[in-house]
Amino acid sequence: MAPDAGERIAIESDADVVTARQRARALAIGLDMPSTDQTLLATAISEIARNITTYAVRGEVFLEVVRNERDGRQGIKVVARDDGPGIADLERALTDGYTTGGGLGLGLPGARRLVDEFDVQTAPGQGTTVTLVKWTRSG
Amino acid sequence: MAVPILKQGPFLIASIQSALTDTDVLQLRDDVMAQVTRHRSRGIIVDVTSLDVMDSFVSRSLRGIAMMTRLRGAETVIVGIQPEVAFAMVQLGMSFEDVQTALDLEEGLALLEAGFLGS
Repeated sequence: MAPDAGERIAIESDADVVTARQRARALAIGLDMPSTDQTLLATAISEIARNITTYAVRGEVFLEVVRNERDGRQGIKVVARDDGPGIADLERALTDGYTTGGGLGLGLPGARRLVDEFDVQTAPGQGTTVTLVKWTRSG
Repeated sequence: MAVPILKQGPFLIASIQSALTDTDVLQLRDDVMAQVTRHRSRGIIVDVTSLDVMDSFVSRSLRGIAMMTRLRGAETVIVGIQPEVAFAMVQLGMSFEDVQTALDLEEGLALLEAGFLGS
């Protein structure tokens, strides 16, 4: 099966955060992903999409069904992108409890624990792009 | 969407009906605090059975409600955390160590009626 074209969700308000995670769950259901994994994915998206509204004001989330080239499993790839201030100290931002936004500092490190693949590209003034993938358990 | 809050004797029951935006969560906090004062409530149940995601913001806010109401002399019990939500919360790193929880509304009410701090 060819990968889906993907889906773009503009993130400008807290309601968009809910929309993004609900759309991802719908895709996960379509892949027969177990309910627990759907919830882990939806929670991770909630964290990274909230980072957009908290730090960058607006941005977007792309959702895409992808296939793992190594083992043929399908998965859901999420790219959350913004043109906000970027992250000066990524290593610290990935540490539990570190926050500059008044939260708990669990957003990025917590989201990383909920998914199978996790990557952050950022630099001060360059915005932030978080990419994550949750794979189905079998092919 | 606003969360309905019902008064039942000395207790308040807030039943979350659908996915909450951050704005909804903050509204719930304000509403609970106002009603605790108005009704001189001794306990609050927040039913999260219908929540399919409890991320760090929601978790922190519910914990905040529990702390604030305690300062007003009322205990809060969070009921109905779904199994997969509990799993995600632990993975995320959220602990509810200082927040009272119960399986469902019935258990939560029983806990409040027993005055769980003394028992």
